[in-house]
Amino acid sequence: MVVKSVNRSDVGSKTGGQEPILRVEDLKAYFYMDEGTVKAVDGVSFDVFPGKVVGIVGESGCGKSVTMKAILQILEPSAKIVSGKVTLRRRINPKDPNSPEELVELTRLHPNSRQMRRIRGPEIALIPQEPMAAFSPVHTVGNQIMEAILLHNKVSKEEARRMAVEVFHSVGISMPEQRIDSFSWELSGGLRQRAIIAMALSCNPRLLIADEPTTAIDVTTQAQILKLLQKLKDERQTSIIFITHDLGVIAQMADEVVVMYLGMVMEKGPVNTIFKDARHPYTQALLRSIPSVQSTPRLKLPTIAGSIAHPFNRPTGCPFHPRCSHFMRGVCNASQPELIQLAENHSVSCFLYAAGTSSTPAAVSPQAETPMEKRQ
Amino acid sequence: MSEMRTFHTDGAPLLEVRSLKKYFPIYKGLMRKVVNNVRAVDDVSFFVREGETLGLVGESGCGKTTVSRCILRAHPPTSGEILFREANGKVTDLAPLDRHELRRFRPQMQMIFQDPFGSLNPRMTIFEIVSEPLYVNGIRSKAERTEKTAELLKLVGLRSEFMQRYPHAFSGGQRQRIGIARALALNPRLVVADEPVSALDVSVQAQVLNLMLDLQEKLKLTYLFVAHDLSVVKHICDRVCVMYVGKLVEMASTQELFQSPRHPYTAALMTAVPVPDPTQRHVIQDLPGEVASPANPPSGCYFHPRCQYAQDVCRTQTTLLREISPDHFVSCHRAEELQLLGIKDMKESLKHDGIPT
Repeated sequence: MVVKSVNRSDVGSKTGGQEPILRVEDLKAYFYMDEGTVKAVDGVSFDVFPGKVVGIVGESGCGKSVTMKAILQILEPSAKIVSGKVTLRRRINPKDPNSPEELVELTRLHPNSRQMRRIRGPEIALIPQEPMAAFSPVHTVGNQIMEAILLHNKVSKEEARRMAVEVFHSVGISMPEQRIDSFSWELSGGLRQRAIIAMALSCNPRLLIADEPTTAIDVTTQAQILKLLQKLKDERQTSIIFITHDLGVIAQMADEVVVMYLGMVMEKGPVNTIFKDARHPYTQALLRSIPSVQSTPRLKLPTIAGSIAHPFNRPTGCPFHPRCSHFMRGVCNASQPELIQLAENHSVSCFLYAAGTSSTPAAVSPQAETPMEKRQ
Repeated sequence: MSEMRTFHTDGAPLLEVRSLKKYFPIYKGLMRKVVNNVRAVDDVSFFVREGETLGLVGESGCGKTTVSRCILRAHPPTSGEILFREANGKVTDLAPLDRHELRRFRPQMQMIFQDPFGSLNPRMTIFEIVSEPLYVNGIRSKAERTEKTAELLKLVGLRSEFMQRYPHAFSGGQRQRIGIARALALNPRLVVADEPVSALDVSVQAQVLNLMLDLQEKLKLTYLFVAHDLSVVKHICDRVCVMYVGKLVEMASTQELFQSPRHPYTAALMTAVPVPDPTQRHVIQDLPGEVASPANPPSGCYFHPRCQYAQDVCRTQTTLLREISPDHFVSCHRAEELQLLGIKDMKESLKHDGIPT
């Protein structure tokens, strides 16, 4: 076990959050299949600070879910973490809020090891995408939540049940004593989503990974779930990694945004910067192509030409270059751009901002005159 | 960027639905006795003008899909009239017709499905998928069908060389284009689109919406657009119907509905949509409670248990859809007195979006 003990004084102030709770550095996870290698995650780095929400945006197939699975080491057998580092800062005694902290390098732990199993649940909990598939249909939801509690805490069954009722209550499920004995298929979509959040919260994690928690549900239920997550963040200081493709949800929830495309980070920065001063052509195009309730009806939307490349024939160089209007022949398709830091915590991976290329950054304002969206 | 679209026709209704009801019986016991009904659609009336797009919105389980299926006569309605106007002006009620009599109307009404993966047969080539409606409707010459298929694929923005490929070779957006080509094969006048973009990625969603707008202009199509995403509905529809537990609660032009909703449910739906602007962050407004069960709806106005403005009258008396201002229908006891918030001024938000006007 690779554990580096950290002195209390090294750790950032408790609330200020100078030190990230989770640091992902240049993570690469590839799928080895008969047809070839799929580079699902190809060099992803980001930090999660205590009590903050990191929003990860990207379209399907961009590797957002695989990144989360790699962090938790629950990848499919065909996938492997090739390189990179995931470091978790945890309390040595998780029960004691003033306990000294230590750094655990998750990528060095064996996926089945005792240490890793102790991290899944009490340290990092996952809210999976489909609540229907996440629950077993032959056990009651309470039973499944109690299983998690009993696994990670030294408590009696009665005590576990009481804790499960309590956590049901805290996520706003009415009549928790009765609902805890129901099966997942007896609950409505909103309740099922709450129940899965309750399960994730049952062991008091410090980091919550929410993988598209609101995609399959109605707007009204979505609002209820978002409100609940905001409350958790404020009350428990839980950090949240929020994965979604809905930019509206990101704008309302996230503090930091990471924009991904084909396994790579295109741009990352604070939420206001990403929405008001996006620099990467992909982010800019994505922001323009979403219909909003505030925009004029029946106006043609600017679109991004083409579609996402198939993972087996990934474009060379920058993965976005076949769809990009700022494409520079001989530059973008030749090599992969590095993540360039523009401001203190705003970085972008695009040759337009690299030193030594012909185009200057100033020439590409977010409201660039050149029509980057090719109409179909 | 683009001009505001102005294409509308004279406005005669192409389709009129009058007090449509669809009940699904609940059976119980050995004798399969009907113990109750799920009132999926309960007394719904609306009309669609020729050349316009009518949106049908509501939470899941509100009956919007059942309405669209009844119109296409995929379900036989329990009662009510579905009046369809043919090109020569003759109006026919589709509700009592049997399947032989319906054959004549089928080509005029087509459907675009939600799931582009489930709606295309993986064992059929694109040619077979798109040309099947032509074959069924009497075009047996292969050359003619090939020519027509190539034309249709071009129309939806696909290359005609794709004809011999199978659906697995296409992405979600391309598949949805194939589904649209199939729906257009018989030159329909009414196209029912059931959540056509909700399964697509954001960058592709805009492409398909633009295609639908283009095709409407080119082919003078009338759309019935079923969706739950209000931003998409606002984007594509001329008029919007809001449904709640099998009933219409509000119907108005898109502009009017979004600017001044008159039903508390419509207003609640709008405030629940997250705005893609971090500077407009506010405490998320949520609508408490759950959608009522259509098998056992509450008394009075179905929305009253979740409505913050509910009074005694709402709990006891049922509401009727009435015209509160020209072309704006609402079913709420307190519609006149309530001041509900709509979506804020549009010009201002345009600046936010960075779209030059």
